[in-house]
Amino acid sequence: MGRPGLAVLDSYGCGSAGELMRRAFLIAVPYVWLLALFLVPFFIVLKISLSDTELAIPPYTPTLDLSQGWAGIKEFFSQLDFENFIWLTEDDLYWKAYLSSVKIAVISTFLTLLVGYPIAYGMARAPVEWRPTLMMLVILPFWTSFLIRVYAWMGILSNEGYLNQFLLWTGIISTPLVILNTNSAVYIGIVYTYLPFMILPIYSSLERMDGSLIEAAEDLGCSRLEAFWLVTIPLSRPGIIAGCFLVMIPVIGEFVIPSLLGGSGTLMIGKVLWEEFFSNRDWPVASAVAVVLLLILVVPIVLFQRNQQKQAEAEQ
Amino acid sequence: MNSDIFAPWEDPQAKPLIQFQNVTKRFGDFTAIDNLSLDIFEREFFALLGPSGCGKTTMMRMLAGFEKPTEGHIMLGGQDIDPIPPNKRAVNMMFQSYALFPHLSIWDNIAFGLRRDNMPKHDLEDRVEEMLRLTRLEQFARRKPHQISGGQRQRVALARSLAKAPKLLLLDEPLGALDKKLRQETQFELMDIQEKTGTTFVIVTHDQEEAMTVASRVAVMDQGKLMQVATPDRIYENPNSVYVADFIGDVNIIEGRASADGEDTYQIDWAEGQSPLTATSASDFSNGQACHIAIRPEKVTISADRPADAINAVQGKVHDIAYLGNLSTYHVELPNGTIIKAQTANTRRISRRSFTWEDPVWLSWTATAAVLLAN
Amino acid sequence: MSRLSWFNTVSLTLGFAFLYIPMIILIIFSFNESKLVTVWAGFSVKWYGELLQNEQILDAAWVTLRVAVFSSTIATILGTAAAYVLVRGGRFFGRTLFSGMIYAPLVMPEVITGLSLLLLFIGIGLDRGILTIVLAHTTFSMCFVSVVVSSRLVTFDQSLEEAALDLGCSPAQAFRLVTLPIIAPAVISGWLLAFTLSLDDLVIASFTSGPSATTLPMRIFSAVRLGVSPEINALSTIMIAVVTIGVITVSLITKRAMVRQKQDEMAAARTE
Repeated sequence: MGRPGLAVLDSYGCGSAGELMRRAFLIAVPYVWLLALFLVPFFIVLKISLSDTELAIPPYTPTLDLSQGWAGIKEFFSQLDFENFIWLTEDDLYWKAYLSSVKIAVISTFLTLLVGYPIAYGMARAPVEWRPTLMMLVILPFWTSFLIRVYAWMGILSNEGYLNQFLLWTGIISTPLVILNTNSAVYIGIVYTYLPFMILPIYSSLERMDGSLIEAAEDLGCSRLEAFWLVTIPLSRPGIIAGCFLVMIPVIGEFVIPSLLGGSGTLMIGKVLWEEFFSNRDWPVASAVAVVLLLILVVPIVLFQRNQQKQAEAEQ
Repeated sequence: MNSDIFAPWEDPQAKPLIQFQNVTKRFGDFTAIDNLSLDIFEREFFALLGPSGCGKTTMMRMLAGFEKPTEGHIMLGGQDIDPIPPNKRAVNMMFQSYALFPHLSIWDNIAFGLRRDNMPKHDLEDRVEEMLRLTRLEQFARRKPHQISGGQRQRVALARSLAKAPKLLLLDEPLGALDKKLRQETQFELMDIQEKTGTTFVIVTHDQEEAMTVASRVAVMDQGKLMQVATPDRIYENPNSVYVADFIGDVNIIEGRASADGEDTYQIDWAEGQSPLTATSASDFSNGQACHIAIRPEKVTISADRPADAINAVQGKVHDIAYLGNLSTYHVELPNGTIIKAQTANTRRISRRSFTWEDPVWLSWTATAAVLLAN
Repeated sequence: MSRLSWFNTVSLTLGFAFLYIPMIILIIFSFNESKLVTVWAGFSVKWYGELLQNEQILDAAWVTLRVAVFSSTIATILGTAAAYVLVRGGRFFGRTLFSGMIYAPLVMPEVITGLSLLLLFIGIGLDRGILTIVLAHTTFSMCFVSVVVSSRLVTFDQSLEEAALDLGCSPAQAFRLVTLPIIAPAVISGWLLAFTLSLDDLVIASFTSGPSATTLPMRIFSAVRLGVSPEINALSTIMIAVVTIGVITVSLITKRAMVRQKQDEMAAARTE
């Protein structure tokens, strides 16, 4: 896609220095912005994570002083150490939090898939004239505040909440269920808030699917269920993969849901980082936590991007 | 009956493979198929021909099992197949879009149906290889559908639907996505394969040339009804209605009133101050009955002078000439404004053409050249 | 295909019930007379009245609104430029890095983005307040804008631009006169997305704001940490109502434009 565009920009742009400048400007402004406000901050985080606590309280020296030449660089590196990372491995709070974040993310992604797939499937099979409305109904909650959607469940799941009131009234249970401030509440909250991220990519891959493929499968001897398993599922796989990544990656670092719906037993690394930073004011450790979290996320992020790229190429 | 000619529909003893018995199909208020009965015989290459929306696709989808008749029954080999779901029918379909599974290789696409029957691995491999050979796809077996050309995809779709050796193969506009030259080649390939496998083919198409080329019999449909079911040559030479005559090939239609003139011969008054035209017809027309004369352009002779022995001759002037290479079609305007098309073969080089625009010419044809139609 | 099977009907009904019942309950109980939110004690709008008297909340709402307007506007400009560069810019030095920086913030945990930006602001000695929140919000929402706009640009018929150049436009004119009007709906929805993301954000704002600037989500968060309160229910209802009206209005406008276009096309076909 890009190359013909380049030809246009170039063949006309070379004619006048003004156009060339314009192109450079167009590239430079967002580029520099992202470098300064996205990439550079990560290096700062990395640097702080390698610093001592005393030095890291603002203004956190050491800074790299190039005027001293080689000695300055040596000085800079000699002050860095892995003490904070060693600390992460020594206190089992951290690795337990990482593990439990990943566990919660994997389980809740699977649950979201279980809930989301039938909805996406139903939408893709709905009459064409309904589909825009159904789409809007899925997107609408996504536009409403995340915080409010999590908050809505606090009233439902608490001991004297609406769910317990309802269950007691129907006589299914005789004592209120304890759901709020447990991991179950966290799972419910994640499935609820991340559902649109799962539904939309699956829906778009199902909707694109040629209906005659299912008929062909049935014609060749498949039952409905076999046709679903052998044709529909494989063809919606890009959507499933995209949906799972879109849910799992941000959930690993989730903060709001565990802190509002989870209890003291809910260990998630986003919450740990927040507390390390705001309550303990231990910036180097918080930074080290962030660096490790980022390392955990690099693999799924790269996989996700590759999946998206492959899909984009397949569409062209 | 001559045993060399394949014509089971003329044999009253022959048992049809497929029978539509007073089948009606409605979608809500819309009647797609209207009380239709039809027999199709084993080893036939049967074409359903008609414009879009005539119900031909619905017929095919009922045979495949994707739609059920609202009234009436469809029999396959004497058995009522209405309650049988598509996956249990000995009928396979080649889809218009080919419907090749994009996530499976060509080999796996062809093996798909066989695997559903739990065919032993060895037999399955043999069968797939046989299908690949039949459709000349051996070297593409490992590719995915998007890695082969349109014509190759068409052959994969054919191989896949033939792999299960169905009693009946349905082809929904099988060549619609191919360009003209490839389509013509593929038509002959289809006929070869049909002959080799001995499978009964039912093809749906809106392309009359395609239907005429491949089919042993053609059913012309309109608005959920069969207009005519006959062999291609009969459909062309003896259409039973203006609709069929007009739908198949090019035709001149002259409206008039018939009066009997001896056995099977009629005089037709068609315009004020013009001598009546003569045509023969096996069907009866009462005196003064409105009728249509249908004449194919290639049966109209064009000449500078009135031919001495012509039974039907009219004068006009050349309005337009369409040069088609092998043929030229002259559009001749009669004094009452009617345009009649006459076709001549270009056996000589174009440099010496007999007629040009605005030339006065005579058109003539024999009494048996035209078909007399009531409606 | 035209009818829904029972399975699809059930899954759609249950799915949408799951999505909407929590919010409906929230809205209903915002009209509850009682302070105890879980017990219905009659209809009342008194919590809305109290909300209007709550200076802290009104202040926070005003801060949030300003941040959202500024950050979404800058993000739309930068994001559109980034999308154009990604789709049409051809090759340039560091293109892979650039596209990586566009896509990574979409899935980056907010705690990391927030922490890293805060460390940056402290490092360069920038006072934390509205400005720092705007910078932070602009950074992550420009990536969302860029994704929305580039998905439109990819399907955009490039021969239109070429036609404009052929008819004598400079590339800049071609962009302004041809490309921009056609991708305008995507740019607008990008702006709306950036705006809502900014309104919504709690984590990044918490890291990057100073004592002088508290946003609405921060206020709500500190209130709901203590439990469910009817005042927050009322506030939530207002926010849900605003978003719902906004989304429905936008979709009605697009639908009307589409219906009108269809009618025009049919009318044009009749005149042939």
